[in-house]
Amino acid sequence: MSDPARHARALALLFGGLVAGWLVMLNFGALGAVAWRAEGLSALRGSDWAAVRFTVVQALLSAGLSVLLAIPIARALARRQFAGRGLLITLMGAPFILPTLVAVLGLLAVFGRSGLVNQMFDALGLSRFNIFGLHGVVLAHVFYNLPLATRILLQGWAGVPAERFRLAAALGFTPRDTFRQLEWPMLRDLVPGAFLVIFLICLTSFSVALTMGGGPRATTVELAIYQAFRFDFDMGRAAALALVQFGLCAGAGVIAWRVALPSALGGGMDRPVQRFDLGGAGLRLWDAGLIIAGALFLLVPLCMVVLRGAPYVVGLPSEVWQAAGRSLVVALGATAVTIVMTLALAHAVLALGGTRGAVLEWLGLAALAASPLVIGTGLFLVIRPLANPRDFALLVTMLVNAGMAMPFALRLILPDLRAEMATQGRLATSLGLHGWARLRIVTLPRLRRPLGFAAGLTAALSMGDLGVIMLFAEREGATLPMQLYRLMNAYRQDDAAGAALVLLAASLALFVVFERWGRGRAGT
Amino acid sequence: MGVLELDGVRITQDDFTLAADWAIPAGALVAVIGPSGAGKSTLLGAVAGFVPVSGGRVLWQGFDITQASPSGRPVSILFQDNNLFPHLSAFENVALGVKPSLRLTADERAQVEAALARVGLEGFGARRPAQLSGGQQSRVALARVLLQRKPLVLLDEPFAALGPALRMEMLGLVAEICRETGATLLMVSHDIRDAEAIADHLVLVSDGVAQAPALTTQMLADPPEALRNYLG
Repeated sequence: MSDPARHARALALLFGGLVAGWLVMLNFGALGAVAWRAEGLSALRGSDWAAVRFTVVQALLSAGLSVLLAIPIARALARRQFAGRGLLITLMGAPFILPTLVAVLGLLAVFGRSGLVNQMFDALGLSRFNIFGLHGVVLAHVFYNLPLATRILLQGWAGVPAERFRLAAALGFTPRDTFRQLEWPMLRDLVPGAFLVIFLICLTSFSVALTMGGGPRATTVELAIYQAFRFDFDMGRAAALALVQFGLCAGAGVIAWRVALPSALGGGMDRPVQRFDLGGAGLRLWDAGLIIAGALFLLVPLCMVVLRGAPYVVGLPSEVWQAAGRSLVVALGATAVTIVMTLALAHAVLALGGTRGAVLEWLGLAALAASPLVIGTGLFLVIRPLANPRDFALLVTMLVNAGMAMPFALRLILPDLRAEMATQGRLATSLGLHGWARLRIVTLPRLRRPLGFAAGLTAALSMGDLGVIMLFAEREGATLPMQLYRLMNAYRQDDAAGAALVLLAASLALFVVFERWGRGRAGT
Repeated sequence: MGVLELDGVRITQDDFTLAADWAIPAGALVAVIGPSGAGKSTLLGAVAGFVPVSGGRVLWQGFDITQASPSGRPVSILFQDNNLFPHLSAFENVALGVKPSLRLTADERAQVEAALARVGLEGFGARRPAQLSGGQQSRVALARVLLQRKPLVLLDEPFAALGPALRMEMLGLVAEICRETGATLLMVSHDIRDAEAIADHLVLVSDGVAQAPALTTQMLADPPEALRNYLG
């Protein structure tokens, strides 16, 4: 008796195995190349250890501030209802797909040398302040991660059953009692994970440190790798730094293995729960102030990008448009690779099940703690004896971007695939639906929504990424973020403002197009 | 000798066990009855290949199918729920019974239309399950069973959510289809009247044993003790 089910399972394991092998190679193989080249850590200088210290300190500060500020803002958002609440919460998801350089330009327009705040200080007769350095790096990270933390915590509030708040009201709880009895236990569960996610994100910070850091006193390890690589041509030192960065990430990854990491990608946050502990006018003013401050912190920099860039889009030099075209190709390629790899891995995770499936899943999520520059350094060292690495700049960027987006895609797709298998797996199996036919007829249509969302995220992240391309590319062959960085470095402020707006529009458009596709005609 | 033979079959799930050692003749319409939790659905699952068997053999026409995958067995099965894909039209859901790839020839499309017409759903092909009533959804699933032309039909209470009259109508349709195609039927039932209406044999499942099938008329005329306990 021919057995298509076993055949399909074997196929799932084969493709999943290939993806797993590729991930191991990308995450650990590149490291092998690095370790082989590093000749120990003796190449490191004193300034490199300063970079390690700075990396950890800024990540701790960024994560701590983001979560601390997010608690009162999420609390205010959770208990108040007002027009535009849903829109504001949706907008808080935007920094996730916002290209770093665009955010940096927006922040500079507000907090920079001649930004809004310094103009105000001037008018008040106060001395201007300098944004570059540790506080600039932390400010940019908080701008990015405060909305993320707020969304994570809002999910926590949404997870407290409405009946508990009703009961609390019946028992005459004050807002303080409600915090102690209902909100604090929820926060105690959620805050460590939120802190850790943001700490991990900030640990691999490259482009923020590149643009907001100030010289040797504010350099992250990722940035130090790039500088050793590009300016000193010191491969041994770059490799040693890459080892240190890997150690940092692996350490954080081990902790993350023990703490459940929350995901802020899901929905269910815009449902306000009817609350009775609304307190008096004072509390209402306090909440309103928090919400308005949070919204302004998020929206003013974005508006500045649009306002400053709009007049210069038409006159942009042709290199910018060529770079945009290249970025688009990289983004679409990375999206295709991510979706195919994620589907293959998710199928293999479910086919294996048990501990082996969990290990495979962890491998897919491991890239969360991986460093693009470490992987880039490794790939550079692997390619160099065989060919000119510069020729592979776009391909490597695409593949590394795909690997970086994979954890998010896997988190979106795997739960839905698991649910689909649980509800309709037996039906499909009993009808002899296997392999490609099952993928085409059942799985892809049923998973359209998470697939669209994952594709949108990947495309937007890849479009705005400035990382590994900086190791590989020369003057020609730049992506749009790299071109934007050059314009910023050359103090061509007007062109940079225009290019930033183009980059912002392209990233948002890619996300919206894929996400809309996912919402269309999805099965009920 | 029976067409479906359970040869010393044992099913073990944690501390639950079920034993069955009997055969049913070709074309029989068999109802599996017994208290809830006794293992009726588990028995069907073992025949369909979804529940592994810890001992014994399942034979179909003398061939050992104990290790065959669900789609490698001569079986159509309808579950309690999730019998239709919600994102596919009624036509596509039925067409899956002809070819899982859904790439149909003109001839096969005509067969699907004919099957829909046979269950009284002419012109409903374009609708999605959500746009159909519960009874109509059952008819779509039955049209697919009709097209699958498998010699063994398993029903795991797919009509449980329907009212008594509609359920009886669906069971009548099942019986007609089985007689038309010469298929053997094994259906779980927790209402003795359903079983009485269409089944010619009864299998009583209780206390870890699925009893050998006996003629419905005999069983009801002179119920053994286990059945008397079940009927109360």
